[in-house]
Amino acid sequence: MTDNKLINLVNITKSYGDNVVLDDLNLYIRENEFVTLLGPSGCGKTTTLRIIGGFETPDKGQVIFEGKDITKVPPNERQVNTVFQKYALFNHMTIAENIAFGLKIKKKSKAYIQDKIKYALKLVNLDGFENRMPDSLSGGQQQRIAIARAIVNEPKVLLLDEPLGALDLKLRQDMQYELIRLKNELGITFVYVTHDQEEALTMSDTIVVMNQGYIQQIGTPEEIYNEPKNAFVADFIGESNILPGIMVEDKLVNIFGVNFVCVDTGFGKNKPVDVVIRPEDIDLVKPEEGIIKGVVTSLIFKGVHYEMEVHACDHDWLVHSTDLFPVGTEVGIWVDPFDIQIMNKPESEDEEAVEVEL
Amino acid sequence: MVKKFFERFYVGLIILFLYAPIIILILLSFNSSKSRAKWGGFTLRWYRELFKNESIMNALYTTLIIAVLSALIATIIGTAAAIAINSMKKTPRTIMIAITNIPMLNADIVTGISLMLLFVALKFTLGFTSVLISHITFNIPYVILSVMPKLKQLNPHTYEAALDLGATPLYAFFKVILPDIFPGVLTGFFLAFTMSLDDFVITHFTKGPQINTLSTKIYTEVRKGIKPEIYALSTLMFVTVLLLLIIINRKNDKNANKNTIISKI
Repeated sequence: MTDNKLINLVNITKSYGDNVVLDDLNLYIRENEFVTLLGPSGCGKTTTLRIIGGFETPDKGQVIFEGKDITKVPPNERQVNTVFQKYALFNHMTIAENIAFGLKIKKKSKAYIQDKIKYALKLVNLDGFENRMPDSLSGGQQQRIAIARAIVNEPKVLLLDEPLGALDLKLRQDMQYELIRLKNELGITFVYVTHDQEEALTMSDTIVVMNQGYIQQIGTPEEIYNEPKNAFVADFIGESNILPGIMVEDKLVNIFGVNFVCVDTGFGKNKPVDVVIRPEDIDLVKPEEGIIKGVVTSLIFKGVHYEMEVHACDHDWLVHSTDLFPVGTEVGIWVDPFDIQIMNKPESEDEEAVEVEL
Repeated sequence: MVKKFFERFYVGLIILFLYAPIIILILLSFNSSKSRAKWGGFTLRWYRELFKNESIMNALYTTLIIAVLSALIATIIGTAAAIAINSMKKTPRTIMIAITNIPMLNADIVTGISLMLLFVALKFTLGFTSVLISHITFNIPYVILSVMPKLKQLNPHTYEAALDLGATPLYAFFKVILPDIFPGVLTGFFLAFTMSLDDFVITHFTKGPQINTLSTKIYTEVRKGIKPEIYALSTLMFVTVLLLLIIINRKNDKNANKNTIISKI
């Protein structure tokens, strides 16, 4: 990853009829970066990708690619390639013909095309599939061919629109590692769209969390997970306890009438805030050792951990722990000051959707 | 056993009921006696006379030219229309499909008379061109009908994928879209061809005095008294249409089979 801004989206606005999908969006993507646009459906992430790919024209704003305005350049003249959600392979062509499609248009020599097909198939671990038809391949294999078909054109940017959405869990996880490997081998920029927070956390250099056409937060996976900027991000990235609190003073927050020590500063005195505590950051201890007391009300075995709900201060706290506390156990809740994340409370709906700069 | 027998008997009865008139027609076309009442032995005489009859041969020529041209032009217009309709939003699309379906359900005589009135109002001389235009008009809905389902099956991103890989919109259409919808386009063409070959009512109203297609020719001949050549001609028309329908159905079956085999893999 370098600091070179490869793609720069400036003041992009796009609406369909009365529905504003993107509202004055600003975002830049650096060379050789793995950027993930993450958000619920309808948040504008796919539209953003399609604007970069050239399939949609923004109502307002500019798309700058390597310093040049490409807002009105049609998709077939852009140096980006897309991997579509449902593969979109050409069903009447063999795998080799599919991969050669873009190269033939660019009038490359036969030998060059043959080399490229071999190289691309090797890269996606499907050597020897040249003469198969797309219909005879599994979903995961088809998706790999779609990737191969895109990368033989040596794009500067590969756009991926929920490419793993149609695959089953195990395959999806394998493909995540595969994509990271591909990105490292190719050394090109990946722009990845997904609604799956786990995918985003696993693969990205940078995550862009979007909601209702606004960017909510831009940051590394760690930043997004550990220091969510608002309740939406905290809720969307992983499970969390989002609690109403009052910032008593620097490094002290009052939740349900109980003072918790934290590490955040600069929120002012007696200011209402949202407090995020991740379920795995809550330690269950003996009742007298905790900051507050509660009773375990539900217990579910999740494999790697137990998921418990603890009723304390009239609130159900979500707790993940490898230790088992049967339903009905009286426990104490203890949270490390470092694990309490304080966020400004949105004063209105609009403010919740306010865009944040990196 | 008994149930099976009755099933077969019933199906046989239906087929007999449907095809008996045509079988009689075919038999009469090989009958050497001019009388419809008695069998005078097998002959191909009526077929020979048919091919010697210049006015009938002219009608055949006109029919084929009109069928090929109208089917071809209707296929081009209909395919383009289907693509446009398919890319519309839901409500206008439903409305457009309904509008294009109406001419198929409309009584031929209404279509025929309205077309004739239109040509007369425009002071357009009735003749070959008016028949051709009429046939294109009533053929377009059949093409749209057969192309639409193929377009719906199409992954909307295939076209975008082609553009993404550097194809111009035209190249993408011919290389990617057309091959995928081609079975539908071909079916549409054959359907249009058959419909044109088959049509009497609309042609009758729009042809003018100068030209005849086979069906209108048969009609005029019959009014003068039925000659056995007409049996021969009708038999040939029936066989042609039958063959075309078999081709269309076989083609559809093959596609269906191919799809099921693929989905099994």
